Amino acid sequence: MLVVWSAATINFFLPRMSGRDPVRARLAAQAMKGVSIGKGIDKIVETYDKKFGLDVPLTQQYINYLGDLTRFDLGPSFSRYPMTVSQLIGATLPWTLGLLLTSTVFSFVFGSIFGALVAWPSTPDWVRSISPMFFAFSAIPYYLLGLFLLYFFAYTLKWFPGAGGYQLGTIPEPSLEFAIDVLKHSLLPAFSIILSSLGFWAIGMRGTMIMVEGLDYMTLAEAKGLKGRTILWKYGLRNALLPQITSFALSLGFVVSGAVLVEIVFAYPGIGLLLFNSIKQTDFPVIQGIVLTLIGAIATATLIIDVGLPFLDPRISRGDN
Amino acid sequence: MDDVKSGEVIEEPATARPRLTVREEIVGYMQRNPTLPWGLWILVGLLLFSLFARLYVEDVEHYRPLSAGAFLSPSGEYPLGTDSHGRDLLAVNGLGVLNTLMLGLLAGLIGVGVATVLAFMAAYYGGWLDAVVRLVVDVGLTIPSLLIMVLIAIAVQGIDLWMMALVISSTSWLWPTRTIRSQVLTLKERAYVEVARLSGMRGIEIILKELVPNLLPFIIASLVTTTASAILASIGLEALGLGPPDDPTLGMTIHRVITYGGVIMGSWWWWLAPTILITLVFIALYLINLGTDELANPTLRRTA
Repeated sequence: MLVVWSAATINFFLPRMSGRDPVRARLAAQAMKGVSIGKGIDKIVETYDKKFGLDVPLTQQYINYLGDLTRFDLGPSFSRYPMTVSQLIGATLPWTLGLLLTSTVFSFVFGSIFGALVAWPSTPDWVRSISPMFFAFSAIPYYLLGLFLLYFFAYTLKWFPGAGGYQLGTIPEPSLEFAIDVLKHSLLPAFSIILSSLGFWAIGMRGTMIMVEGLDYMTLAEAKGLKGRTILWKYGLRNALLPQITSFALSLGFVVSGAVLVEIVFAYPGIGLLLFNSIKQTDFPVIQGIVLTLIGAIATATLIIDVGLPFLDPRISRGDN
Repeated sequence: MDDVKSGEVIEEPATARPRLTVREEIVGYMQRNPTLPWGLWILVGLLLFSLFARLYVEDVEHYRPLSAGAFLSPSGEYPLGTDSHGRDLLAVNGLGVLNTLMLGLLAGLIGVGVATVLAFMAAYYGGWLDAVVRLVVDVGLTIPSLLIMVLIAIAVQGIDLWMMALVISSTSWLWPTRTIRSQVLTLKERAYVEVARLSGMRGIEIILKELVPNLLPFIIASLVTTTASAILASIGLEALGLGPPDDPTLGMTIHRVITYGGVIMGSWWWWLAPTILITLVFIALYLINLGTDELANPTLRRTA
């Protein structure tokens, strides 16, 4: 809650502190394009200030702004005027959520299993021998890996389309063909996220797994004569997974900002591309709306994990007992 | 966690070991932490590349557009080719690697500097100052710093390298503040701090004479990590198009590749060089970070 409020406040005061008058800036831009604005400029500015509610004192503006926010009313976009910011974000959010959720869940699950296997003594050697590759990939930012993939798979081999979320000219419809098309377009971006974050989860998992292996209950499980596989999955993995979830909550912000940049590389029609285009068109309301939406989403996710963790792990209590 | 802190380790009694000269000390450290020299060598290699680029191109100003034909593949005259606007990419990358490193170091220095002052004041004096610093850090670390920087960067007009460093340092102080603060908290309960206090030293004196020298290795180590994340942030911001438009940096090159479809048009030389350079920068900083672990955490020395 506090996070969202402070983000909203920064969002409100930063542009106003920069001393730029948005209405005048807009008019100046129009004037450069040949629209003649003569002496009446002060009058025009006054009218617009009134329309956007900029004529009232700053404190009143701030209260109005917070009120609008609770209704998700982020105002109209500058560059695509009749569209509101919420409409634009609403149109792109499903793409981002779809891409990010699937690829993050995928890399989290497989990265954790992989990391557990690397730490497990009786794992076949070939599994361990490919691990340095994934650890190395995790040192490269998502989007740079994306550039490589784009060049090899979209340009050289032409296996996958290089841009967009679906084939240009087709109309989104709930058909199998369209679904396959969407899948094909999302494979490369998803793959670059998975490839570079797999190693991150694997490293974390390996660390906790090594720690867990030394604990008493693992020795006990072995002494009871349980099968190696049962020990690994039921005793080792389950316990080592909990710190992973905590670190997942901590790294959410990192995951999101990486995905934003991946979308730009692949021109994937999600919230990141919208941010990129809005920056190019200096569309402040949209940029601020996106930043606020992402921060809100991250804060909510963090809260859910925080609240949910004590249920998963009885060792973590709320501190009141 | 770290019961043995630098205080005792650095001032080891001379009887325990023959006193080493500074040079022997450094050589010994490098031998114990081979990743440090490796990382430093990569950095030196990057600087040599930059120097080579400077000497090879006839005019350094060729990083500007229209210095050569567009989309030329690598040749003797333009070893790294040219981009869509006729920039000589050897000049761009040569200057870019230097600019990117400097940007990161500057933002890292500012960030760690601010963090050190804040952390010492907060942890030593406690009270409302500590509460405020802790709150700001906790809230700030939950929000992805890239997003905060986007908001700041769009509010700044005519961004250049110096502005860029300031924008990045606006969030780069958060993490070091947290880690340094917790180090000061454990340190200030030590007996020798107590002795200093009883012998009538004032707060500032204790901080400067007793605490700072003991935490200096830790501060240097956090400078490395802060610089690495500052560089990562700068490249992210520049890729989004919020970088300095007139200065050659690695991130701006990536931005232009994305904007003008450099990958899809098949000009591999355009994106390959900056990508490799960026990766090398990260690997170098990662290795140096591993190598300075012992500095930050002297307990490691015992076990090694």
